[in-house]
Amino acid sequence: MKDLALEYIADLGSFSRMLLNVMRDLVRLRLPWKAVRAQILKLGLGSLPIILLTALFTGMVLALQTAYGMQRFGAKAYIGNITSLAMIRELGPVLTALMLCGRVGAGIAAEIASMVATEQVDAIRVLGANPIQKLVTPRVAGVIIVMPVLCIIANVIGIYGGGLMAIFELNLSAHTYYQSILQTVLIRDLVDGLIKSTVFGFLVVSIACWKGLNTRGGTAGVGSTTTSAVVTGSVVILISDFFVTKFLMLL
Amino acid sequence: MPSAVSPTGAKSSAARPAVVELRRVQLKFGRAEIHRNISLSIHKGEGVTILGPSGTGKTLILKLVAGLLKPTRGEVSVFGQQIAAATELELAPVRARIGFLFQGAALFDSLTVFENIAYPLREGGVTDEAQIISTVAAELARVGLPGIELKLPGQLSGGQKKRVALARALVRRPELILFDEPTTGLDPTATRLIDDLIVALRSEFGLTTIAVTHDIASARRISERWIMVDSGVVIADGPANEVAVNCQNVKNFISGNWKDY
Repeated sequence: MKDLALEYIADLGSFSRMLLNVMRDLVRLRLPWKAVRAQILKLGLGSLPIILLTALFTGMVLALQTAYGMQRFGAKAYIGNITSLAMIRELGPVLTALMLCGRVGAGIAAEIASMVATEQVDAIRVLGANPIQKLVTPRVAGVIIVMPVLCIIANVIGIYGGGLMAIFELNLSAHTYYQSILQTVLIRDLVDGLIKSTVFGFLVVSIACWKGLNTRGGTAGVGSTTTSAVVTGSVVILISDFFVTKFLMLL
Repeated sequence: MPSAVSPTGAKSSAARPAVVELRRVQLKFGRAEIHRNISLSIHKGEGVTILGPSGTGKTLILKLVAGLLKPTRGEVSVFGQQIAAATELELAPVRARIGFLFQGAALFDSLTVFENIAYPLREGGVTDEAQIISTVAAELARVGLPGIELKLPGQLSGGQKKRVALARALVRRPELILFDEPTTGLDPTATRLIDDLIVALRSEFGLTTIAVTHDIASARRISERWIMVDSGVVIADGPANEVAVNCQNVKNFISGNWKDY
């Protein structure tokens, strides 16, 4: 038990040291821009299809479930209000982050873990470069840029999906649906959602990179590292969701 | 307790400056002790092979020398600089003088052969593209692989990967090169090619080389001094032709009669 606790504390320290290095590069804008551009395309464009799919069906089911519940109170007309608020403040950021974790987090962890197992990370060090600057910083910078964009797209598609249900399944007028959104959603809601999505993206990619860099067990360890990165990333998103939401509400 | 064989060439090699020195090095991972008390000294221009059964931490000695690992206890000195407690920044000038040929070549999969070899040049601050292009071409020609700049590592054979990795290790003109199993997995012709390259480069550039290998024929070709490691200590150290004949442990090992198997 004591060994486990010490190991956990050591891991936390190692993760914090990595983040410190990354933050130093980000603040000083000491970024390998070519690599950052490549990551933006890989993380952003590559994740778009799954984000679109997830957002569309989430919006649709959200509208259905909201109508199902609200019609008991004669409040079916509030579908637009609730769907849009739920997407923008919560489901858009969280589901986008979870999809990113599964797709991008796993890929990053596996890629870096393979590099560790084949001594490519050692080669980076011997050849005079900093593995964190080469491997982690471009990915973190890329996700910070890309995540708010993906979140906005997810919100728009999710609200649109909700609208499809509202109009074609629940016989609400398009005007009523979209007017209710405009009356309910504040700029504050958009900003809070985007801040959350950026924080989640930062955590997902940082955790995936750290897990990859700390792979043990050679090539056999790549699989367990990948799984661990996805599980840890998902759990961290859900836990931090509460704390970030609470913090933003206090502001 | 097996005794180390004193190198008969000790006087002449000791006159040369020590490039690498390990003093009472202990290396542990958690509770597992890999090195108990490793002490050795390697001098400028020497060609050394580290031998020993699998699992005795021979590769880890190379990684200690390159500063990739920190010893649990003891001193590691490279080019006169203590590196055991050095930061990555402090290690940079030492590593600039070291080349490392990793066991699996460790080429960067997503970069072309050109970008792999250019990597240390760019990290070293070279920005003149024309100079980089001509240097890479020259290094590839030296290792017998001209014209493959645009290939990816996945398109190369095992022997070609090793030669590209050797070109990458040499491009900064290091003074010390570390070879981790340079010929493992290669056919006899490719093995001979790598060995001949190592010998030629040592002669051309006056390099100090430290190799870890199980290939005894290769060890005879590329080095004149053998160090044998077992149970966390050095159990033999001397000219290859002497330890191979006079040291029972080395004789048993190279004849395939190692006691602990």
